[in-house]
Amino acid sequence: MTADARFPAEADNDTADARFPAEAEERTADARFPAEAAHDTADASDTRFHSEAPDMTEPALRLEGMSASYGGRPVLTGVDVEIPAGVLSAVVGPNGAGKSTMVKAALGLVPSVRGTVRWLGRPLRRVRKRVAYVPQSDAVAKDFPITAVQVVEMGRYPHRGWLRRLTAEDDECVAAAMQQVGVTELADRPIDELSGGQRQRVFLARALAQRADLIVLDEPFTAVDARTEAALLEILTGLCRDGVSVIAVHHDLRDVRDRFDHAVLLAGTVVAAGAPADVLTPEHLERAYGMAPLAAR
Amino acid sequence: MTPDDVMIIVIAGLLSTSCAVLGGFLVLRGQALLPDAVSHAVLPGIVLIFLLTGERASLWTVVGATAFGVLCVLGTDWLRRSGVVESDAALALVFPALFSLGILGISRFASGAHIDLDSAIYGDLTFAPLRTMSLFGADVPRSLVITAVATVAVVALVVVLWRPLQAASFDPAFAELAGLRGRLIGQVLLVAVAGLAVVAFDSVGAILVITFFVVPASTARLLTARLGPMLVVAAGCGWVASMAGHGVAVSLDTSIPGTIGLTSGVLFVLALLLAPRRGLLARRRAPT
Repeated sequence: MTADARFPAEADNDTADARFPAEAEERTADARFPAEAAHDTADASDTRFHSEAPDMTEPALRLEGMSASYGGRPVLTGVDVEIPAGVLSAVVGPNGAGKSTMVKAALGLVPSVRGTVRWLGRPLRRVRKRVAYVPQSDAVAKDFPITAVQVVEMGRYPHRGWLRRLTAEDDECVAAAMQQVGVTELADRPIDELSGGQRQRVFLARALAQRADLIVLDEPFTAVDARTEAALLEILTGLCRDGVSVIAVHHDLRDVRDRFDHAVLLAGTVVAAGAPADVLTPEHLERAYGMAPLAAR
Repeated sequence: MTPDDVMIIVIAGLLSTSCAVLGGFLVLRGQALLPDAVSHAVLPGIVLIFLLTGERASLWTVVGATAFGVLCVLGTDWLRRSGVVESDAALALVFPALFSLGILGISRFASGAHIDLDSAIYGDLTFAPLRTMSLFGADVPRSLVITAVATVAVVALVVVLWRPLQAASFDPAFAELAGLRGRLIGQVLLVAVAGLAVVAFDSVGAILVITFFVVPASTARLLTARLGPMLVVAAGCGWVASMAGHGVAVSLDTSIPGTIGLTSGVLFVLALLLAPRRGLLARRRAPT
């Protein structure tokens, strides 16, 4: 039985619709691209980068009663939070607050996790291709024999699996992603010859090449100079305008207040979540940090 | 050169190829000492099979040895991931225990078994052409058949699992998230290493197994910038060392595996000094 035979009503629709048969029937042109409808951008059709309409009715990430521990030591307990889709969202908090643990646990990268995790309204295993992850810069083998373009090509692996060859379409995605973050000239350079900022651009390019609906970044700006940070933030903001959801673990509170749409403040559990101005208040910060950090005053 | 000499070089070359290919991944994953541990941990398997069947060099011996090799690598992996002990400590806890078990087994139950310690330590590559088996009506050296089968299997495995192996060695979290089953593939790699270490153990002995896995791969890393070329160059280094090592051994009338290990080491030192980008001289000339 083929997918088409199972959903005869959608058989002549495009593949993106066939994956969500329930919603496909009642979609009008506007309802299919709620992100653009809401932002009312002048030219929505050309700037779209990802491959399919993200499901904007569901939050990007929803955690219910999540707890996680490392080596028997509880790091997070009772985390209940919703991060909306299509916005630039930050996960902030003091060192050891469980910022990285929260996203890694939600991505199934931490062994002992309890609670419910929903990415784009679904369990992770059903949305793997639509979720891209940019690891902390020290989580990858920096002296690995691999070139920049090979790293970006890995972004197509979720779509092609173990064995299927990369197609011309894959090559296009890779080239476009490298162009977008400005690393086209570095394509054939081994990654151990790149600077921290160049390497971070390459890893963002890998996430872009995946054409995911949601990008999760763990401390993306730690080994990066100010100019690169501004450029990367610019790209991420652009992605959100196109309907992609971005969740970044970050520690620069001023940055979060100025540039992000949404923030989750953590200190072993959720202290506050919502618009940065409502979250990064002196009372909340004092509860999270013990005292308000300098940058927030 | 006699046909026996050619046979020895071919066996050593094939062994170098398969060991270098898997060894490349081990070196990059920081697991380079694993084959050394496996080649010691297999001893109780060999003893156990001897006690059960009275055979010292049957197919069952290989099976028994591999079983304990797998026990060693998976036990180590489990201990390491439990987070209780560090990675190298986990290895150091598991393999001496198994080796001791083997020694105990020999001295308690099989002291008359004549399990040849010399051949366990140095291997018997030199006499490999003499021990033959019948294959399609022809007498061929047993080691050649086993090594050839192992090499084809290893190369096929690496080709099929190329993406997950590459991704999981480079960026484990990505490999897991991309649905490439990185953790599982890591364990498949460990099992393959255990099996190949048993094959290598048979030819070159417990001590030199590690040389075949690690030295050509480390040499190749100095000379290449991408994974595919690295593994090909590693296999090439293995063949060069096999031929040169055999030549040296014959002219000095000494241990063949020993001279292969030594020439392998010489190649590494040359690469360390002279490699175009990563060698010591190149680095001194262009400090970064």
